[in-house]
Amino acid sequence: MAVNHGSRRAVVGAHYGLGDWMAQRVTATLMLVFTLIVLIKVLLVSGPIGYDQWAGIFSSQWMKVLTFAVIVALIWHAWVGMRNVWMDYGKPMGVRLTLEVLTLIWLIGCAGWAFQVLWRL
Amino acid sequence: MSEASKSRPEFRNLNLFRDVRTYRLPLAALVSVLHRASGALMFLLLPFVIWLFDKSVSSEISFGQFSAAFAAGLWIFPAWFIKLVVLALIWSYLHHLIAGVRHLYLDVSHNYTKEVGRHTAAVTLVLSVLLTLVLGAKLFGLY
Repeated sequence: MAVNHGSRRAVVGAHYGLGDWMAQRVTATLMLVFTLIVLIKVLLVSGPIGYDQWAGIFSSQWMKVLTFAVIVALIWHAWVGMRNVWMDYGKPMGVRLTLEVLTLIWLIGCAGWAFQVLWRL
Repeated sequence: MSEASKSRPEFRNLNLFRDVRTYRLPLAALVSVLHRASGALMFLLLPFVIWLFDKSVSSEISFGQFSAAFAAGLWIFPAWFIKLVVLALIWSYLHHLIAGVRHLYLDVSHNYTKEVGRHTAAVTLVLSVLLTLVLGAKLFGLY
């Protein structure tokens, strides 16, 4: 049988690429960058931060697009993490399936609310 | 069944109070446990975080409601309780973020020895608690 591990691993075809492990790191990095951008924008504000200064941080179009991507990343990241938790402690299978479905509803609902806030800005 | 296989210890049905408390908990394991706990907490409080985001950016009036939650309380919760919950969120975010950066560092450095694992775990714990104290002092109006 052909060797398919180590440096000889097949890197084409389905089931290769952005797996959960990598998705968790990519989404985390995006949220890290977002955190730093918001932090820098907050630190660049001179004087006390009121409503105008705070809302202004998120109001530019590129920031809205970035925030949208970060909300998607957050939901994806939280889904991978919570699914791992339920896979560890959610026994028996029926309980796990129920918890996973409730997690999805919770996360998708939160994402919808966050998008709604973002689009009103 | 032979005598040897009968006497083998069976690692099933671990008792939380009898067995789990005898486990050693190295710093790296503590960081790992807290990484999961902080993630779960942020997952459960996600609607509260979005509520804070909603109120803080939507309008001048809602910004006032956002500020009032920290000054006069929210619904049945007094202001100190809201601040305590936000403090828990601050710690959770910082710990989760720094522990995540630790993972990324260990991924790219290929440098995972026991010592590095222990050292980076200690840095994670100290840094997250220190930053939480700095931001927490601001939250409770100490400076």
